[in-house]
Amino acid sequence: MSVPSPHVRVQTEGFDAGAELNAFSQGQPSGAVVSFTGIVRDSGGLQAMEIEHYPGMTERALSAMADEAIRRFTLDAALVIHRHGRLGVGEVIMMVATASRHRAQAFQGAEFLMDYLKSRAPFWKKEIAAEGAAWVAARQTDEDALTRW
Amino acid sequence: MIDILYFAWLRERIGLPKERVETSAPTVAALVEELRARSDHHALALSDLRAVRVAVDQELTDFDAPLTGAREVAFFPPMTGG
Repeated sequence: MSVPSPHVRVQTEGFDAGAELNAFSQGQPSGAVVSFTGIVRDSGGLQAMEIEHYPGMTERALSAMADEAIRRFTLDAALVIHRHGRLGVGEVIMMVATASRHRAQAFQGAEFLMDYLKSRAPFWKKEIAAEGAAWVAARQTDEDALTRW
Repeated sequence: MIDILYFAWLRERIGLPKERVETSAPTVAALVEELRARSDHHALALSDLRAVRVAVDQELTDFDAPLTGAREVAFFPPMTGG
C-alpha cells in the first residue's frame, strides 16, 4: 500500500475548522480522527496578531513534518492548515487533523505535529496592542516538548 | 551571489527583507561575519547568534553548515507558530 500524502495549506484567508474537519472525516475508513484548532487568544488588550512566514520554506517544512507523522504513527491521513497575515482575537489561526486505525496513534500524531509546528515551522507571531507591538518570544517549554519524540 | 533573507525582528532591525550578496564565505558563520561588517544594523541584529536560527536553501541548519552551492540563506528568530 502506498504511503498517504498529507494535505498542507498556508493561507491568509479564514477557514471554517468545523467544515474542514467534516471534509477530512468524510468517508474516512480509519476509525479514529483527532483534530486541534488554534484560536487567537485574548491576552488582555490585544488588538490583533500579525503572523509572518517564510514562503516556500513553510510549505516544505509542514509537508516534511506531516510526512514524518504519517510514517511514525501509521496515519491514514494528515491535514495541516496555517494562516498568516493579520488576525483578530477569536479568529482561527490554524488546525491539524490526523486519522488512524488506532486512537492513541491519532492523538500522538496530532501532538507530534503541534509540537514540531510550534518550534520548527517558520512562523513568527507579533502581538499588536494599543501600547505597541511586540514579537512573541519562543518558549523553552516548546523546545523541551520536542525531546519526548 | 547568494540571496539573504531576514524575517521578524531581524528584518525590522536590519531594515531589509532581502539582499543579494557576492560572497565566497565557506560556512554560515563566515557569512555572518561578512554581514556584520555591512552596517551597524546588521551588526546589532546578528550580535547574539543564540537568538538567531538559520536555513540554507530552505532547510534548517546550524552556523557550521557549509555554503557550497547555496542559493538562499535565511536568518530569523526562533519560530513561534501554532
